[in-house]
Amino acid sequence: MGLLMVKTANQSVPAGSQIALLSLSHLSHPYGSFDHMASPATAAEEENLPQVLLLLHPAAFTIFGEEHFTSAKFRFLKAYESSLPLDEFLAANARSVRALLVSAATVVGAGILDLLPELRVIVTTSAGLDQLDLAECRRRGIRIASAGDIYSADVADCAVGLLIDVLRKISASNRYVKNGFWASKGDYPLGSKQLRGKRIGIVGLGRIGLQVAKRLQQGFGCTVSYNSRKKKNPDQVPYPFYQDVRELAANSDALILCCGLTEQTRHAVDKEVLAALGKAGVIVNVARGAVVDEKEMVRCLVEGEIAGAGLDVFEDEPVVPKELLELDNVVLSPHSAVLTRESMMELARLVVGNLEAFFSNEPLLSEYEDD
Amino acid sequence: MESIAVLMTKPIYSYLQAELEKRFKVLKLWEAQDGSRFLEDHNQIIRAVVSDGGTGLSPELMAALPKLEIVSSFSVGMDKIDLGKCKEKGIRVSNTPDVLTDDVADLAIGLTLAVLRKLPASDRYVRSGMWKKGEFKLGTKQFSGKSVGIVGLGRIGQAIATRAEGFGCKISYHSRTPKPESSNYTYYPSVVDLAAHSDILVVACALTNETRHIINREVIDALGPRGVLVNIARGATVDEPELVSALVEGRLGGAGLDVFENEPNVPEQLIELDEKVVLAPHAGSGTEETRKGMADLVVGNLVAHFEGKELLTPVV
Repeated sequence: MGLLMVKTANQSVPAGSQIALLSLSHLSHPYGSFDHMASPATAAEEENLPQVLLLLHPAAFTIFGEEHFTSAKFRFLKAYESSLPLDEFLAANARSVRALLVSAATVVGAGILDLLPELRVIVTTSAGLDQLDLAECRRRGIRIASAGDIYSADVADCAVGLLIDVLRKISASNRYVKNGFWASKGDYPLGSKQLRGKRIGIVGLGRIGLQVAKRLQQGFGCTVSYNSRKKKNPDQVPYPFYQDVRELAANSDALILCCGLTEQTRHAVDKEVLAALGKAGVIVNVARGAVVDEKEMVRCLVEGEIAGAGLDVFEDEPVVPKELLELDNVVLSPHSAVLTRESMMELARLVVGNLEAFFSNEPLLSEYEDD
Repeated sequence: MESIAVLMTKPIYSYLQAELEKRFKVLKLWEAQDGSRFLEDHNQIIRAVVSDGGTGLSPELMAALPKLEIVSSFSVGMDKIDLGKCKEKGIRVSNTPDVLTDDVADLAIGLTLAVLRKLPASDRYVRSGMWKKGEFKLGTKQFSGKSVGIVGLGRIGQAIATRAEGFGCKISYHSRTPKPESSNYTYYPSVVDLAAHSDILVVACALTNETRHIINREVIDALGPRGVLVNIARGATVDEPELVSALVEGRLGGAGLDVFENEPNVPEQLIELDEKVVLAPHAGSGTEETRKGMADLVVGNLVAHFEGKELLTPVV
């Protein structure tokens, strides 16, 4: 029963099979030590602590260290450490579990929820919620706490960094210099494009989109326009609004995708939008891979129908279309826009805070509310 | 004007050469079998030199051209031209300011983000197939809200400050004298103090006798193991061997470098340090739009001079 398809670092496999994601948190991790660490409970005390279920090893644990996510008020139940198939593991161990901690990669639908009858809260390390079946959660009265606003600056910075990299060929010319070509072949060929005056089309003007807009228009002299579910109040948001993504693309030199993934935004950037963006156009995606028709985008890049792309997300992570791996006009990153030390510190506080609040019957710190 | 002889010291940019050839008699020093002989043969007619930032006008070349009236440089940097001597001899000098300000500032921010967020290393992580094998483990640092220290608050330094402000960064600077119009930025009379109070130190000053190796061991140590140095100015503003050893020993966190002491040669250890260091091939002004703008200024200054008009962008 393939009830949980998860995107692991190895490949999409049914959870519960041998997932070779060893917890490396006990080894030194990239950020060194960090002063705030929870004091561990004794073994006896631990037995009585409420459990927080983990279906997958979170990237945040790998990059920042599991010890920052521990608390004297709960303990983790790690499904991925068991060799049992997931449904058996949950039936044997998780029938009374009330809290679940997930990441962007953990797809949670009715199948899993059926096996967690006491589940009352899902805390996710992601800002996005597309991996959760929100209707099912709502139906069962399961509350959700997301990463809220903590990532907005880092994701915006990543979008701008990718845009500059694509236009100015920073990663490509870094390779050029490090391969010794500057000395042997001469100056890196031009093809770099200026930022000033570029028309930027932002798809999704939420917290992240607004920060991208501010950086590019105020700082770099770009001209920003946007598409969003609804037009924003022009007194507060001075950028021109386009109802239609294709029309936005037709009037943009670069499209930056900052929207959540929903049924409405799935493949919003399709063949028509890419054609409207045109041969000189560039796309930056820090949203979700599925906002773009990836196959079509790859074809456009290979055939020169668009000029370049900066991509942090893909439709089937960690699989990246092999054609992209050969192109010099794309910049790729492994869904790492939020993996800065600063964001991980904030995340650890928020995750522990949300879980402790839940177990103390206090309001969640970052509860998701339907609008 | 087609009979006026203009000497190009090296092949700089094909559009520039074409525009010069439309208007002047262009002599190409690099095509000569014997450079000195070539200059001797033509020294009575050469009235202008077109050069770039890296080559400038050597003392030998100046001495070999008694009829030289103007040097029009395809650069904003003037460190390879003896401006005092030109003034003495009545030789005009022009450069290409303003047209390249945005591009250089954009690259400074681009390099900063590339270093802090390990963009080239992340790109390689994906291309090499490593992402499929395991979670990304490279620690990266936030840029927003960080303290940015700028050495040299001229046009380019100011443009960098404006961009960094969009990220909520705190701006401080060092320059020869404080700038009253920049009172919202913190001024440091000492570069060491500026470095001590900065997460990212950006070098944006002209290269002069005073600024040679202005970024020395003391400054680098003050910037520290978590600090990042970005240089879009001139390689010689930084003591390069000291920079290299600081990075190797972990006394400096990272560097984004567009310029080097001996271009196009780059110290091997900088290449080996990989993810801590992002390197660019002196590409600060390297966009099609800007190079064209620079070329138009070079040509425009020459035309103005020979028409007896004011230079567009005179230095001397």
